[in-house]
Amino acid sequence: MAHGPAFETNSAVVKWIDDRLPIFSLIHGSLGAGYLAPRNLNYWWNFGSLAGLCLVIQIVTGIVLAMHYTPNTLMAFDSVERIMRDVNYGWLIRYMHANGASMFFIAVYIHILRGLYYGSYKAPREMLWMIGLVIFLLMMATAFMGYVLPWGQMSFWGATVITNLFSAIPVVGDHIVTLLWGGFSVDNPTLNRFFSLHFLLPFVICGVVILHIWALHLPGSNNPLGIDAKGKGDKIPFHPFYTVKDAFGVGVFLIFFSLFLFYAPNALGHPDNYIPADPMVTPDSIVPEWYFLPFYAILRSITFDIGIPFTDIVIIPAKLLGVLAMFGSILLLFALPWLDTSKVRSAKFRPTYRIFFWFLVVDMVILTIVGGKKPEGIWPVVGLIGTAYYFLHFLVVMPLLGKIEQTLPLPESIAKACVKKA
Amino acid sequence: MSTIENTVEGDDGVNRRDFLHVAAAGFGAVGAAVAVWPFIDQMNPAADTLALASIEVDLSKIAVGEGVVVKWRGKPVFIRHRTAAEIEEAKAVDVGALVDKQTDAERVLPGKEEWLVVLGVCTHLGCVPLGTKTGDDRGEFGGWFCPCHGSHYDTSGRIRKGPAPRNLEVPGYAFASDTVLKIG
Repeated sequence: MAHGPAFETNSAVVKWIDDRLPIFSLIHGSLGAGYLAPRNLNYWWNFGSLAGLCLVIQIVTGIVLAMHYTPNTLMAFDSVERIMRDVNYGWLIRYMHANGASMFFIAVYIHILRGLYYGSYKAPREMLWMIGLVIFLLMMATAFMGYVLPWGQMSFWGATVITNLFSAIPVVGDHIVTLLWGGFSVDNPTLNRFFSLHFLLPFVICGVVILHIWALHLPGSNNPLGIDAKGKGDKIPFHPFYTVKDAFGVGVFLIFFSLFLFYAPNALGHPDNYIPADPMVTPDSIVPEWYFLPFYAILRSITFDIGIPFTDIVIIPAKLLGVLAMFGSILLLFALPWLDTSKVRSAKFRPTYRIFFWFLVVDMVILTIVGGKKPEGIWPVVGLIGTAYYFLHFLVVMPLLGKIEQTLPLPESIAKACVKKA
Repeated sequence: MSTIENTVEGDDGVNRRDFLHVAAAGFGAVGAAVAVWPFIDQMNPAADTLALASIEVDLSKIAVGEGVVVKWRGKPVFIRHRTAAEIEEAKAVDVGALVDKQTDAERVLPGKEEWLVVLGVCTHLGCVPLGTKTGDDRGEFGGWFCPCHGSHYDTSGRIRKGPAPRNLEVPGYAFASDTVLKIG
């Protein structure tokens, strides 16, 4: 179990409160000396707390922005420009929010890749993994709706393309799209509801983050060796060891964040979003934010129908297939704890998986590049191959590798492995 | 005594209380579903959005070979004054080879073949295709070209190449007079 020494205090006031509402005990047991974590966590384990910090930054800056923003198609764009030009420090707060979204996704992507590399999704942490994916999906919905709010060209056309995805659903698709829009196109009712939901979802994410931490603290953190931390010398108190390590990570992260914030605040955005939305003119190319590009590439890679050969009968049209592939690429991850048949968690002891892990990373980078290109020339082919490999990795490589891979011998305990190194 | 009587099981192991539980829960579930409906339906288009009046367009200023874009229900509508060659081209197409099989006659009003009226919304993911303005890229079939994902439409607004699944939609319209078109 991950429980350390119980909470103790010399203060009569703190004790009086804690006896009636054990809030100090709760903090002590979940983020303090009362929570024991494996002694060998490396810096890849910093990104969970960094993602949490990002969520806080987004909520604080977002609430301030909502004080100055107007969710109306006639005023939204101008109200954002007013924040940038007239509101005291408005430029800073908006750039923090816009770049903070990117930082949030960077932290979460590294956090997910950490989990993939060290097998953090495997028993007994399947629920932890799946709750994490729920957070990821909520983040994507939140980020998408947030990007619509400035009501620039990319806002409008991004919203149009993404909401139109639902029209691919047979029979009820068009009704769902009308329901999402509240009209016959993306318009004022759409903007209003997106603002409302963009405000709500971060707090839903907060709630699910609490579930995520709850599910984490039952089995305790995984570690770079991937073996259970059972022995006496295997664990150390979260505070001060990991509070200090996390704090150091926060410092480095804030420097990285500041480089974008102060020197390249628009580097991750698209210039077209500084043109007010115009329903009559589609921009030259519609590109989503960088963190959606791999999934956008998967969506666009499918340009063929699935039907009965030599007939005109189409079973799954290309548009629906693309949408299914895109959503499937994420939903697939929910099954990963069972698709991966290997008993060994950490890639440190899985020499073959380690290679395929990096193949997957390269594949995702390629898909990101493809997602940002116009679908011309070689790019659709590259996108299709990248998409095929993505599914191949999870549906074929992962189940097979667990059966045939020759894994390396696992150390007896974390303490032994660490002491030997020293 | 009545309590005991109520819990006496019938031959099938089901008693009166079980029935009451199921009935109460069922009634509650129906009530909850009814209460949820207004919260879903409020997202559908409101009365004022639905009441958007139809529009009238003056066609007298559109020369042969030219087109205009008008806004209807928040969406662009393309109106093209087709040339005789464009009409011939649209009629000559082998309908059987099309993705969305429609003859040109099904897409225009009889006797008014020179006027093609379609929604300017790509049936793929809703972009506005290019091709109405002079000098625009009209794609490989002389109609419209969607720059988002590369769909080509012909001079009848039918999908010929690219990912879009259907032809450009033809809205309900009528001629109020020879030169006035009424959409909606």
